[in-house]
Amino acid sequence: MLKVENLRLGFTAGKQTLAAVDGVSFAISAGETFALLGESGCGKSVTAQGIMRLLPAAGRVLNGSVSLDGDELLSLSEADMRAYRGGRMAMIFQEPATSLNPVLTVGRQIGEVLERHRSLAGAAATERMVELLRLVGIADPERRLTEYPFQLSGGMKQRVMIAIALAGEPELLIADEPTTALDVTVQAQILDLLSKLQAERGMGMLLITHDLGVVARMAHRIGVMYAGELVEVASRDAFFSRPRHPYTQALFAALPEVSRRGQKLTTIPGQVPVLSAMPSGCRFADRCRQVMAQCREVSPPWREIDAGHVVRCHWRGEADEAVVSGHVVTDLNIEPGRPFLDVADLKVHFPIRRGLLQRTVGHVRAVDGVSLAISAGRTLALVGESGCGKTTVGKALLQLIKPTAGSVRVGGSQLVGMKAKRLRAARRHMQMIFQDPFASLNPRMRVGEIIAEGMTALTRDADSAAQAAAVSALLKQVGLPDEAAGRYPHEFSGGQRQRIAIARALAVQPELLICDEPTSALDVSVQAQILNLLKKLQEELGVAYLFITHNFAVVEYLAYDVAVMYLGRIVERGRAEELLRSPQHPYTQALLSAVPAPRLEARTAVIRLPGETPSPANPPSGCHFHPRCPQAMDVCRQRYPETSEISATHTVNCHLKG
Amino acid sequence: MIGFQVVVLWSDILIWLLVAAGAGVGVLIAKSPPLLAAWRRVGANRVGMASATVLLAFVLIGLLDSLHYRVQMDGKPGQKVTYAIEVLSVLDALAAPLRLRNEKTYSEPFATRLYAKETIDLPGGGTVRDYPRLKHGGKHLGEHENEMLADAGFTALRAAIVGFLAWLAVVGMATAAVNRESAAVDVTGWQKIWRGETAFAWNAVLITLGLILLFVVPLFWLAGSYHVFGTDKVGQDVLYQILKSVRTGLIIGLVTTLVMLPMAVLLGIVAGYFRGWVDDVIQYLYTVLNSIPGVLLIAAAVLMMQVVIDTHPQWFSTAAERADLRLLALCFILGITSWTGLCRLLRGETLKLRELEYIQAAQAFGVSNWRIIIRHILPNLMHIVIIALVMDFSGLVLAEAVLSYVGIGVDPSMTSFGTMINNARMELGREPVVWWSLAAAFSAMFILVLAANLFADAVRDAFDPRAV
Repeated sequence: MLKVENLRLGFTAGKQTLAAVDGVSFAISAGETFALLGESGCGKSVTAQGIMRLLPAAGRVLNGSVSLDGDELLSLSEADMRAYRGGRMAMIFQEPATSLNPVLTVGRQIGEVLERHRSLAGAAATERMVELLRLVGIADPERRLTEYPFQLSGGMKQRVMIAIALAGEPELLIADEPTTALDVTVQAQILDLLSKLQAERGMGMLLITHDLGVVARMAHRIGVMYAGELVEVASRDAFFSRPRHPYTQALFAALPEVSRRGQKLTTIPGQVPVLSAMPSGCRFADRCRQVMAQCREVSPPWREIDAGHVVRCHWRGEADEAVVSGHVVTDLNIEPGRPFLDVADLKVHFPIRRGLLQRTVGHVRAVDGVSLAISAGRTLALVGESGCGKTTVGKALLQLIKPTAGSVRVGGSQLVGMKAKRLRAARRHMQMIFQDPFASLNPRMRVGEIIAEGMTALTRDADSAAQAAAVSALLKQVGLPDEAAGRYPHEFSGGQRQRIAIARALAVQPELLICDEPTSALDVSVQAQILNLLKKLQEELGVAYLFITHNFAVVEYLAYDVAVMYLGRIVERGRAEELLRSPQHPYTQALLSAVPAPRLEARTAVIRLPGETPSPANPPSGCHFHPRCPQAMDVCRQRYPETSEISATHTVNCHLKG
Repeated sequence: MIGFQVVVLWSDILIWLLVAAGAGVGVLIAKSPPLLAAWRRVGANRVGMASATVLLAFVLIGLLDSLHYRVQMDGKPGQKVTYAIEVLSVLDALAAPLRLRNEKTYSEPFATRLYAKETIDLPGGGTVRDYPRLKHGGKHLGEHENEMLADAGFTALRAAIVGFLAWLAVVGMATAAVNRESAAVDVTGWQKIWRGETAFAWNAVLITLGLILLFVVPLFWLAGSYHVFGTDKVGQDVLYQILKSVRTGLIIGLVTTLVMLPMAVLLGIVAGYFRGWVDDVIQYLYTVLNSIPGVLLIAAAVLMMQVVIDTHPQWFSTAAERADLRLLALCFILGITSWTGLCRLLRGETLKLRELEYIQAAQAFGVSNWRIIIRHILPNLMHIVIIALVMDFSGLVLAEAVLSYVGIGVDPSMTSFGTMINNARMELGREPVVWWSLAAAFSAMFILVLAANLFADAVRDAFDPRAV
């Protein structure tokens, strides 16, 4: 149905044009899902924009052809193109929060498409809108039509976005990372919805993603993109059982998994080459493990391996016999000793103020009685969906947010309510690594100054020579060159910036590092580098980690202990192997089952959670989870369950186990 | 040799301090690579550099007008040395012909006669009503008044040639400088400049400079024998008034910004960073200030200040000192009433910055609040501050014109664009209309403000982190 042939797209920079997408060809037939997979900066989104002819101002179509059912799209006039956009093909964007217009009602935004492409107005349009909203699984659609986007949750917004896309009854749906901004349980809902709609209507779908798990669940065929080129195209079966391109293999090998616990993850060294310095031979040559002399000179042609499985590589080997090297320290040889960090009944409530006099009318119970303990050298993962308060816990531990109640004891001294001066000295025991490496480094300070900042603030000795030596030692420890100290953060890539942030935290020799989703903004291969680095540092320095994350793969790979949080409270807690193998709380079970696995084998039945996390300002009575719990009982609605012990190290808060 | 006494007015001190501070900041910028890179981007912007050249010409006039002295009075030897009551500046000395050759009243640009008929006594007795000859304008023509156009044209041409030669000399120097910088053999420095291949926008600067020279040299050459912009009601040369207005405009623009800036920056950051009651107090303060009509507030303050000055004549030894103090007071009043906009902007930006993770990382290290403000927040606000600084400058020059027009601006004895425009109010109602005063003041102010705005645009583009 959709046929893309030798599409080249470029960006003008000054006088020259740099090709961001270089000769991409693929075809999608009706009812088929074709997934474009690749790391950031590979040209996936540009390809989609090129197909819709929605390139940014500097973008140019250099050559190639895009045809939909035989109609050439690239030669259409802009006015004719508008009949195709939204009519015969539609697009869903990554960020539901910004892809809806905040000042128009949902109804107006769907109606716009209906009017343009289906010439519907008035009562007929309203009827169709209600139908569409019901189709995407929105309850009470009549009321929702008159609501504004801010009244909807993230998942609902994405459903509305899908409804808008479907309004024109497109033959082709382009979904650009449709679930990246959503939580796993919501992601599962949206992915189900998309595949159901696709099956019903026989739509073609171009799915753009970087997540192998999403690919495994959704795609029929997969194209792997690297540096603006497709390097491998295969059916789902062939792709997951016999990936042939070294890049694809490396992507698989870089995934953190439970089976790789205690092993070093395979990383892809280096970075995607920049557009202005594209190698003339194979573009992956510089990072490839199988590189041969030929690769650097001749760009490899397409080579057919099986029917429908083509790869662009000179190397003819089979699988990569990776040298697996283990980490020295595993969870088996560290026994939990006396807890280094001991948190008891921590509460952080934010007042809600209203009215002229700003009177407190209620509280957002972001953290509502969290207790946890970490011993030296161990890793505790704090898992939960967005808005459950896990980041607030991290900040409250560091006293960046003042806890409302509870106690935080570090190495025996109580931090809550400590005097500012003594607190400053106590801060050296705990440091934090933030989620976004682009926001966590001051763009106007040199790397050396950034790393030295903590030392100057916490230690009194201002010996600049000793400090410079310490900075260069730290840079070496996190695997950055010495000369990095004199450069500015914007000169580094995301992974390198995260290394700088780690070096900064390590500068004061903390015993505990709070890692707030340190890899969620990074690509898989870079994530593997950072996880390896964190493991290595733990071996060398014996730091303990509080790992705040929503990514179960990382938890499985890294954590010794796991605590699952829901709406400000910890619902289940235990050793990683116990909790992951036999989750007891229905929420944990649902979370684990919703994580899309990047594998072929038949999935276990996914437990669907209805709805989304309620607001912590107004938590449900009784057990917070009962409105979404598939096994809710009467008692769940009345009181919050007590903590019950499954084993010496495994506890759960659920009436089912009480 | 006439003796003289150096007079240092308060505004002179401020201006030269500003020059010194500017040089100091320049040295600091040269030492900081990112700032230097940003200013290099300003240097590469053609429009920006062209407007900077124009601004520089204005600044030069202003600086020449900021070196004051009093001339020694002629006296018998042995007597106590006394100095003239009039305070002059270097610019006055350079433009002495313009300053001293006053006519009786209005005369048109390039006129040889007055603009109004008068009764003239004829040498042989009897009177006639006619336009009298000017005392100075076109005097050298003698009887051949009708040759004025030819004479002026020829003089202008000669002067333009001299200006062009001077420009060629400057171009030569620039070429030599570019040649020395790059070792390229195939293209000469001149070719590089002409094609705009130099890192610094030399071609824009040189073209602007050429235009300025081609305009200014003939202008001043002609000013020696004509009143090129005409004369005003009391026969003063309008060109001279324009030159004197430049300093007033610059002082108002710069000193006011200087008063306003620390207040806006400090209060804005403090409000945004500390939140809570500090934020409330500062917000109430600027909301209250904003809710009073600005002109009303300024008028009240200026009138009170005027009363104080008038009741203490013993404070000032010369009229110039009094006018100067009044000018500074006006700057202060303008500054105190105009910080709210920038403060609001900086508060908002600080609110955004303080939630960023690098600020929280610094807090996690226990870095003190003031250190976070100075090291993390202020540098990341600098682009806004610089843009606001240059933008406000042009706004304030215009504000002065408006205030002087309302009658609450600078001292009447001080020339400014505002007073010139204020005087022109009556002249426009006259028949025939006296248009040159207003036109000249307007054009000069237009060029100054336009140059400042274009320069501000260039600075903003260069410092905007999103544009890099």
